[in-house]
Amino acid sequence: MNFYTSFLVVFALLAICVPFILLFGFTGALARRSRIAPFRWFGLAYTSMVRGIPDIIFFLFVPIALDQGIEYLRHHAKCSEWTEPIRQGNDFVVCAAAKMPLGPSPQWVHETYGFFLAALAFAIVFGAFAANTLHGALAAVPKNQLETAAAFGMSRKQTFWRIHLPQMWVYALPGLSNLWMILIKATPLLFLLGVEDIVYWARELGGSKTERFAYPHGDWRLGYFLVLLVFYLLLSWVSEKVFARLNFRVSKGQAMIGDQV
Amino acid sequence: MSCMQTISDYGLRALGLGERALPRADITLCEQVVLIGSGLIWNIYFAVIALCFGFFLASSVAFARNSSNPLVWRPAAFFIFVIRGSPLFIQFFLLYEAFVLLPKIGIDINLIFVEITVETRWLTRAWLGATIVLFLNTTAYTAQIFYGALRSVPKGEIEAGKAIGMTTKQINKRIIWPTMLRLSWASYTNEAIFLLHATALVFFSSFPAWRQQGDALYFASYFADKTFNPFVPYPIIAGYFIALTLIVIIIFGWFNRRLNRHISKNH
Repeated sequence: MNFYTSFLVVFALLAICVPFILLFGFTGALARRSRIAPFRWFGLAYTSMVRGIPDIIFFLFVPIALDQGIEYLRHHAKCSEWTEPIRQGNDFVVCAAAKMPLGPSPQWVHETYGFFLAALAFAIVFGAFAANTLHGALAAVPKNQLETAAAFGMSRKQTFWRIHLPQMWVYALPGLSNLWMILIKATPLLFLLGVEDIVYWARELGGSKTERFAYPHGDWRLGYFLVLLVFYLLLSWVSEKVFARLNFRVSKGQAMIGDQV
Repeated sequence: MSCMQTISDYGLRALGLGERALPRADITLCEQVVLIGSGLIWNIYFAVIALCFGFFLASSVAFARNSSNPLVWRPAAFFIFVIRGSPLFIQFFLLYEAFVLLPKIGIDINLIFVEITVETRWLTRAWLGATIVLFLNTTAYTAQIFYGALRSVPKGEIEAGKAIGMTTKQINKRIIWPTMLRLSWASYTNEAIFLLHATALVFFSSFPAWRQQGDALYFASYFADKTFNPFVPYPIIAGYFIALTLIVIIIFGWFNRRLNRHISKNH
């Protein structure tokens, strides 16, 4: 049963991540276009870091770093009388009140907290990819459109919200659909972050002897992983179809080469 | 222990040379930098082997995909779809489990061929098994990139080749293939970078690190576990990977200039 519900975990991750990815993506893209230099540098650093560094390093780094960062802040806020240093040799020690989540809270709170940290790591990495795409799309909107808007006397804000942004989507869609494909294929990495997702259950249930039980059957992991393979193939096949239709919808009324498809 | 000492002890630790035991307590910055760097040997090994072999197979698969014979293009299209449609992570798991099962099957079928069982044993080791997975993966992605470029080779060039009496083979080799490479080189550079980054997954996806001879990320997460401080090892490995990525970009840029050397600079 857990195996089937774990499929929902994958969808939950996708559903939670997408809004944040778009948010981070927009922030990054706008920062890159900002007229204020430090914002621009930040945007550039954010969007180019994913090109140089493997995403898996972020997935391993961000949850621990966030966890420790939050505990560090809470420690300072709640236990100011605590005098011992937080880093004692190879240990990270904070007072009990600063533990996140609190020590005695039930198991599901711990799991949910871990899941959200993982989701945030996903959002940060893919937000950077999205920022790249959106930046390119914003730059691809023909200049004449913006100049026309200015000629009509629209303010910068109006031009952006009414002309620039709506037109950008056509150019962003191929990149975003590509990103979605990459995101789908990155979801099994959740397993590395300790979330009990489909990979975890495939290993648990498929193995003849695991940490928890000794099953009476032989090694079924190959079969379970084949099921996962088919699941992902179906998922990406369906997404491809949906994006093809969406692309057709969005590019209506636009004279582009893509029309002939 | 001085840093020079650490380098001679752990510099080739990922290959099993030097000190056997990994540092456990009082881990110094130098030890982290050296060990993670030595793990990088594996990442470079995986990337170079997979890219070199993958490049040639991908060219063939791209031509096969473009063939008009259904018996040729259907398998090619199916191969590309399966690999591109499924996560690399799952492919690692799947093939590892398959490789683990292989020797048993070999023994069951015929006990006479002991050589086969000896050979399949290596497949469960990362140096061969993971390389095969990465090789197949990059082949499919690259084939798709090449196939896209193949379809946009200008017809005029092919007709010109025919007009001066080239055979189909000559046209394929001297006109279509180089033009295809030229058109797809930017995307191929991206794919190479992605593959380089994917090599970090190897030891996290069921391929066990034999005698703790892991790749850079294996050591980085080892240190993060031991010191419980992610702020040192992960930035180190990030720095290494940025450097590697830049090297890839430089090497591919050099090829790109070579491929485009007949095009006038103004374009």
